[in-house]
Amino acid sequence: MRVAILQFPGSNCDWDSEHAVRDVLGVSAHRVWHKARLPSETEAVIVPGGFSFGDYLRCGAIARFSPIMHDLKNFAEKGGQVLGICNGFQILCESGLLPGALIRNDCLDFRCLNQNLTVENSNERFNQNTLGNSLLLPIAHGEGNFRADESVLFSLEENQQVLIRYDGNPNGSVNAIAGIRNSAGNVYGMMPHPERAVGSHHPCLDGLPVLKAFLEPLLDSIPVEVTSG
Amino acid sequence: MKVTVFVSPKITVLDPQGAAVEQAMKSLGYESVEGVRVGKTITFEMEGSDSPDSREKLDKLCDGLLSNPVIEDFRYEIEEG
Repeated sequence: MRVAILQFPGSNCDWDSEHAVRDVLGVSAHRVWHKARLPSETEAVIVPGGFSFGDYLRCGAIARFSPIMHDLKNFAEKGGQVLGICNGFQILCESGLLPGALIRNDCLDFRCLNQNLTVENSNERFNQNTLGNSLLLPIAHGEGNFRADESVLFSLEENQQVLIRYDGNPNGSVNAIAGIRNSAGNVYGMMPHPERAVGSHHPCLDGLPVLKAFLEPLLDSIPVEVTSG
Repeated sequence: MKVTVFVSPKITVLDPQGAAVEQAMKSLGYESVEGVRVGKTITFEMEGSDSPDSREKLDKLCDGLLSNPVIEDFRYEIEEG
């Protein structure tokens, strides 16, 4: 296994993530139940979207204490590549692997639309050369309103840890932040769904460069044929 | 002992629910209402009594699971018996 896709009770983007990584990008990927151990041959982890544990208490609050999170923390501390999407982003924030928190959208509505995003020059993998200046990606969340205290926000901006921002802020996030990375550059989180934008049956294909940027350390070593069908 | 934990959004954090409830209160005629914050209470029974040791345990529980220190404050009340 190269990419492990975590499955919590209530995850619902796990199969889409597996399809995007395995069938579209051609990288071996498997779903791993939250009570299992992270396989030793794991090279990257995706924490997928959904409503883990019914979003009870707070989004991601209970998943944070799932058995596999211990392995995930070790994996991330050793420099392992981790991407949290939507509820996965919320779980990574709750577990302290990413700074900040995600609260109720300021409009109180569940926002479900194809969202225009502006790409920031964050690091050698996530920048305007690799992703283009802007992206169109689906969003679908009720709690995507990114919050961080002033000092955290300052360091996020100062260290260029913001990956993407919303055009026309749909949820009230500070600085219109839609996705961030940790300072080490191995843990990524975003509210938009790249795994829902990889095929001709999807409204857009901009998930491909995003997932490729994340999986780039793995893609280098194998030939990749990207199909969009 | 019976424990009641009160979790509320930090005063520095936007509370969209509180703002919506405040708007509804005003439209009902309670125009002088302001500063509405929506939180939650969590009640449970726990063995032991009110002591520095059990308060230390409760602090840990509240800070880790029941509230998120980035966005929320907590306090709790303990009822003996």
